[in-house]
Amino acid sequence: MKELSLNILDIAQNSIKAGADTISVILTETQDTLTICITDNGCGMKPDFLEAVTNPFTTTRTTRKVGLGIPLFKLAAEQTDGSLTITSKHESDFPVDHGTVVTAVFRTQHMDFTPLGDIASTLTILIQGSPDIHWIYTHTTPWGDVSLDTQELKAVLGDVPLDTFEVIAWISEYIKEQYSVFNK
Amino acid sequence: MKSLAELAAIREKMQGKVVLREGSGDIRVVVGMATCGIAAGARPVLSAFVEEINNRDLAGKVTVSQTGCIGICQFEPVVEIYEADKEKVTYVKMTPDKAKEVIEKHIIGGKVIDEYTVSNI
Repeated sequence: MKELSLNILDIAQNSIKAGADTISVILTETQDTLTICITDNGCGMKPDFLEAVTNPFTTTRTTRKVGLGIPLFKLAAEQTDGSLTITSKHESDFPVDHGTVVTAVFRTQHMDFTPLGDIASTLTILIQGSPDIHWIYTHTTPWGDVSLDTQELKAVLGDVPLDTFEVIAWISEYIKEQYSVFNK
Repeated sequence: MKSLAELAAIREKMQGKVVLREGSGDIRVVVGMATCGIAAGARPVLSAFVEEINNRDLAGKVTVSQTGCIGICQFEPVVEIYEADKEKVTYVKMTPDKAKEVIEKHIIGGKVIDEYTVSNI
């Protein structure tokens, strides 16, 4: 993957497939680290699947016996001397508070750090593809913050769907403008 | 700066149009968005479809959706076009430029671009 925002798009697809109705993508940056935390309230994973999930030969897909989404994200983190951790609660054991949290830590000054890239595209594609999910995005940095919460947008939009082109285009600009304020 | 007030204006503007969208979906464009598709460049392809469909005022007729792995990872980005009473068309190794061409020739013009389809590989 050429951009971390592509990994985020990929990992969030797992949350969608897990049946989550709320997915948050929280980025926290310091001078030399970036932590990406993707949290969902989907069905979760059972302990044995969770244990095997960073193995490329573990997958839920039926078309092929390999799944590279999490291994690639892990690689991107570890190649910067960072880390990837996943915690999950399966709905069979946790009927109320089930879900998965994927946390990746990156060292941003490391030579092999992959840039975040076009996060606005990732967010608009996720929202366009799953407008009924409550999406929360925040990116906190020492230079400024960016945030988006589709619930707030829905409150303004009423019955106009989130995946209306004009709304998607607005979201894209909204994100880009917030970044432009403090872009280094 | 973009503000929520602007969003309210979009709401005012769109309210009449929403009804029109009800009967939509004559043509369905489905983009493969699993790891294989994303790594091969499906994100800009999907964005190109969404944008161009709006530019050409086709939103009432064409819907764009996403799917997982279609099973031919080596030919990603893969795009499938579903149209009522017609056979599914599978385009492979797509790019944003090819996406625009598919809209122009296939979706508007009604002619499948054979050289981009999976059967031509």
